[in-house]
Amino acid sequence: MVEFGGWDMPVEYTGIIDEHMAVRTAAGLFDVSHMGQLEIAGKNALATVSELTCNDPSKLAIGQIQYSALTTPEGGFVDDVLTYRIADDHFMLVVNAGNIVKDYEWLQSHMRQRGGDAVLVNSSSRYALIAIQGPEAEAILQTLTAIDLAKIKYYWFDNGEVAGQRVMVSRTGYTGEDGFEIFVPPAAAEKVWNALLDAGAAKGLKPAGLGARDTLRLEAAMRLCGSDMDEHTTVMEAGLGWIVGWKKESFLGSDVLHAQKAGSLTRKLTAFEMVDKAIARHGHPVVADGKQIGVVTSGTQTPYLKKAIGFAMLPVALTAPGTIFNIDVRGRIVAAKVVPEPFYKRAKKA
Amino acid sequence: MYPADLKYTNDHEWVRIEGGEAAVGITDFAQKQLGDVVFVELPEIGRALKQGEVFGTIESVKAVSELFSPLSGEVIAVNTELGNHPDYVNSKAHETWMIRVKITNAGEAASLLDANAYEALTK
Repeated sequence: MVEFGGWDMPVEYTGIIDEHMAVRTAAGLFDVSHMGQLEIAGKNALATVSELTCNDPSKLAIGQIQYSALTTPEGGFVDDVLTYRIADDHFMLVVNAGNIVKDYEWLQSHMRQRGGDAVLVNSSSRYALIAIQGPEAEAILQTLTAIDLAKIKYYWFDNGEVAGQRVMVSRTGYTGEDGFEIFVPPAAAEKVWNALLDAGAAKGLKPAGLGARDTLRLEAAMRLCGSDMDEHTTVMEAGLGWIVGWKKESFLGSDVLHAQKAGSLTRKLTAFEMVDKAIARHGHPVVADGKQIGVVTSGTQTPYLKKAIGFAMLPVALTAPGTIFNIDVRGRIVAAKVVPEPFYKRAKKA
Repeated sequence: MYPADLKYTNDHEWVRIEGGEAAVGITDFAQKQLGDVVFVELPEIGRALKQGEVFGTIESVKAVSELFSPLSGEVIAVNTELGNHPDYVNSKAHETWMIRVKITNAGEAASLLDANAYEALTK
């Protein structure tokens, strides 16, 4: 167990590689109750969320979800979030565990400044969160619920019962596989967890920890806020222009992001794989002519692709796929190559 | 559980001393702490190592650790099999040697732990 964002979390159950492969080939079960939930409701909820997050929540139907970020006035990340539209005037942001208090205070202070009819509630303690991820996830979960899971599209959610417990189920995840995240009252979490493990055992479902969660998300080229980007990294620099609502009226950081889109971007988070035999890790410098020109933000040996891969923040001139650059791995200068994202993409269902 | 014919270090390496040579690996305790090993970086043949000197690094999916030479000596062989099968460190830690050295100071062996003392260290 390790301390993570104030929670004691298992790094691994049966081994990171074993768990990683289970998620890619069958299914894995994750306890991600550490994730936070902040809800914004009221007549001005949409305008509030629209101004304080970079994506465009007006595009969301009720029951739909989008990846977004709470942005600073400089276009950087307070946090990356999933925005759920619960009702016309009710949104829920799913935020990173270590940022719950920071995000809450950020939202509260900005909501107070702008006024209007909207309230903020930290409902994190009302939800445990269980993720079932992998090609068998739908079949396993379907045995425990009357919700027609096939009707929940990617990045949509529904309410119902799982194993007799009232839950919200969203087709989301952090692994690059199909799968669901189940919001369940904490008192019922153990029952749902055990029911899923029992229901999935014959299909190869295994419990999976933080270690596999990190290798899986990296193979899928999903960013880890706090590692790949932070307050000093803009949404454009993080390579996430697709989560910006470009047609929106102004929002926090929109001036900077529009300028960077128009050509002022100087550095960008870039996917790479190692050319030389080495594993680059978070914090290793990217070097050229003896000077640091960038930094590795994530890196690992991936169990499924069996390659050393990662993200690095690089000068824009070095970000074209195929570009070779050098990383200082504990004093050894090794070559890496820019590759297109994602590293891993699941096969589409027939 | 720790073979009696091996000697051990506080840094969780094992040594098998045979005549004037020694084979070096890491213990079962160490591999369990590391988790799935994915990369072992080993020295050049011919390199002279001092006792306690770093001779390589071992990486699991989740962590990087340095490898320390239990004895002074010259590297005479490295286990190239680990290039394709770093997982052998997990599956058979006490049989998977990493380097062989020609011992240059046999007296240093007295500073190593026996199996009982090492097992006590891991409790």
